[in-house]
Amino acid sequence: MDQAYEHRPDDVDAMAPSRLRVPDIVRVATTGMQARKARAALSVLGIAIGIASLVGVLGLSESSKSDLIDQLDALGTDLLTITPGQGFGAGDGSLPDTATQMIDRVPTVTEVATVADLPIDVYRNDLIPAEQTGALTVRATDPDLLATLNGGIAEGSFLGEAGSIYPTATLGSVAAERLGVSDLEDQPVVLVGEEWVQVVGVLEPFPLAPDLDRSVFIGHNAAVDHLLDGDDVAASSIYVRVDPQYLAATRDILPATADPENPEEVEVTRPSDVIEAQAAAESAFTSLFLGLGLVALVVGGIGIANVMVIGVIERRGEIGLRRAIGATRRHIRIQFLAESLLMGLVGGMVGVGLGCAATAAYAASQQWRVIIPPVAIGGGMLAALLIGGIAGLYPAMRASRLAPTEALRAD
Amino acid sequence: MAASAPPALELTKVSKHYGGSPPVVALDEVSVAVDPGEMVAVVGPSGSGKSTMLNMMGSLDRPTSGSVSIEGIDTTELDDDRLTALRGRRIGFVFQRFFLLAGVSATDNVANGLLYTGTPLAKRRQAATASLEQVGLGHRLEHVPSELSGGETQRVAVARALVHNPALILADEPTGNLDSRSSAAVMALFQKLNEQGRTIVIITHDPAIAESLPRQIRVLDGRVEHDSRTARTVLS
Repeated sequence: MDQAYEHRPDDVDAMAPSRLRVPDIVRVATTGMQARKARAALSVLGIAIGIASLVGVLGLSESSKSDLIDQLDALGTDLLTITPGQGFGAGDGSLPDTATQMIDRVPTVTEVATVADLPIDVYRNDLIPAEQTGALTVRATDPDLLATLNGGIAEGSFLGEAGSIYPTATLGSVAAERLGVSDLEDQPVVLVGEEWVQVVGVLEPFPLAPDLDRSVFIGHNAAVDHLLDGDDVAASSIYVRVDPQYLAATRDILPATADPENPEEVEVTRPSDVIEAQAAAESAFTSLFLGLGLVALVVGGIGIANVMVIGVIERRGEIGLRRAIGATRRHIRIQFLAESLLMGLVGGMVGVGLGCAATAAYAASQQWRVIIPPVAIGGGMLAALLIGGIAGLYPAMRASRLAPTEALRAD
Repeated sequence: MAASAPPALELTKVSKHYGGSPPVVALDEVSVAVDPGEMVAVVGPSGSGKSTMLNMMGSLDRPTSGSVSIEGIDTTELDDDRLTALRGRRIGFVFQRFFLLAGVSATDNVANGLLYTGTPLAKRRQAATASLEQVGLGHRLEHVPSELSGGETQRVAVARALVHNPALILADEPTGNLDSRSSAAVMALFQKLNEQGRTIVIITHDPAIAESLPRQIRVLDGRVEHDSRTARTVLS
C-alpha cells in the first residue's frame, strides 16, 4: 500500500494548459442541479410553462386554422352572393326579374341559383297562433341551389320531383327542428300560408349561407302558381359560383349585370370572407397568447438567472476549489453557462412535450386534425436554449471573476 | 536530493497589500524557501498573515511586490491561465473546509482532482481508487461525504490532493474541523506522504501540531517572526 513517491518532473509539462473535455463539461454542468434538485426543477418549470404555452398556442392555432381551411376548401371561396342593397338610391330594394338570366350569361359564372323570399308564414299546424312564425322564411328557389351552395340533403330530396307543379316543402336544418320534423316516414305536412304542403326533404346546414337554414323551400314555379296566385316574385338573393381565376373581375361586373339601371344598389358579398375573418380573429387571439407565452418564458429565464446567481454565491467554495485544482476562469464560465443551458434544454424539452400533449388533447376534443408545426418545436427548443444561455451569462461571468482566495476564504 | 534541485517553494521579498486607506499590509517583504522533501508548519495567530502566505505559496493570489517561485518556475511573469495550470498540475491543496461535492462519491470527488488535466473519466477513477487506497479509504470508495466521518472526509480531500501525484502539498488548517483522534490520523497521513519524499507545508494555529513537525515558521503581523531552520528570531 505504501508506494514510494517518485518525483517525475518530466512526465507532464508543469504548465501544460488546463483542459476540460467535452463530456466533462456536461458532467460538471449537472453537479449544481444534482445537489439542489428541487430548486433546479422549479426554475426549469418556469421555462417549461413558457415553452408549453408557445408550442400549445402555435399548435392549436395551426390545428384550428387547418380545420377552417379544410372547411373553406370543401365549400370553396368562389361563391358570391348578390343581394339588393339597402341604400336610399333610386332602386326599389329588389333585383330586376332579368337579373338571374343576365348573370347566367356571364361566361365566368359557372352556377347560378335564385332565392326569393315569399311574404307568407309557415306553421307546424293550424293551431299555432299567427304571430308565432318561428322566425322562419318561406323561400322560392330552383333545384340549382343545392349544387351552387354545395349543400347536402339530410333526408328525402330537394324540392321533390323536378318540374313538380304542386308545391312541396324542403326544410332547412333549423326550420326542420323548429317545425318538429325529425323524419319523413309519417309524410309530415306544414301549413304554408293557407295551404298544407307535404315535406319531401330536410337539408344539411349550409356553412356558407347559415341564414338559409331557417328556410322552408318551395319550388319556384309551384310557389308562383299555387301560393302567390300567379304573381311572380323578385329575387331576394342570387348565389353565384365563379371561375376562381376571374373571381375579382367577375365580382366587379356583377352589379351592373344584375341591375344595369341601378348597379350601385346591388351588393355582392363573398360568404367565405366571413370564415376567413373568423380565422383572422383567431390569429389575433394567437398573437395575444403568444405574447403571454413569451412573458412566461422571460419570467422563467429570470427565474433561472436568479437561481444561478444564488448558486454562484452558495458555491463559492466549490468555485475556489476548482480554481485551485486547475480550472481557468474560462472553465468556470463554461460550467455555469452549460448548467444554465442545460436547464433551458430540459425546460424546453418538458415544455415542448407538454405543449404537444395539450395541443393533441384539445384538438382531439374538437375533432380537429392535430397539427404541431415543426417551427413550434424547433423554435420552442431554440427559445428555451436562448433564454437559458442569456440567463446564464451574468451568473457565469460573476462566477468566473471570483478570485480563488476570495472563494476559498473560510467564512 | 540532488544539490542542484531548486527549492520546492521560494518567496523573495513578498509583500501583499490590500486596498483601502490606509492599505492593510498582510505580508511585509517575506523571504522564505522550502526545500524539496521538507515538512513545514506555518503558525501564527489569526490575522498574522499566514493564510496570505499560503495563498502566495499556492499561487492562488499574486503578491503586490516580490516574487514567488514554485519548483524553480518564477510565477511573476505567468498569465492567469498558465498560473492556474501550474498550481493545478504541481500542487495538491487541502483545506480546512474539505470542499467535497455533496452527493458525489468519494471516488468521483477524488477523480475531480484530475478533471482539468483532460484525463478521461475511466483513468481519473482508476487514479482516484489508488489514491483513496493510499490514504486508507479503499473500503469507502462509493460513500458520499455525508456518510463519512470528519476524519474520513479530510482523508478523501487529501486523496484528491494526491491524485495527480504532486511533489508539493499545501494544507490550510487541515485539522481545524477535526477531533483530536481524527487530527492525529490526518497528521500521520501527512507524515507518511512526507516520508515518500513529498514537500508538505501545513498552516495551523495549533502549537502541538506545529511542534510535531521538523520545521516551524512563525508569522506575526505580516512578517516571519521565527524560522526554526535558520533559528533566527526577528524581534519587532
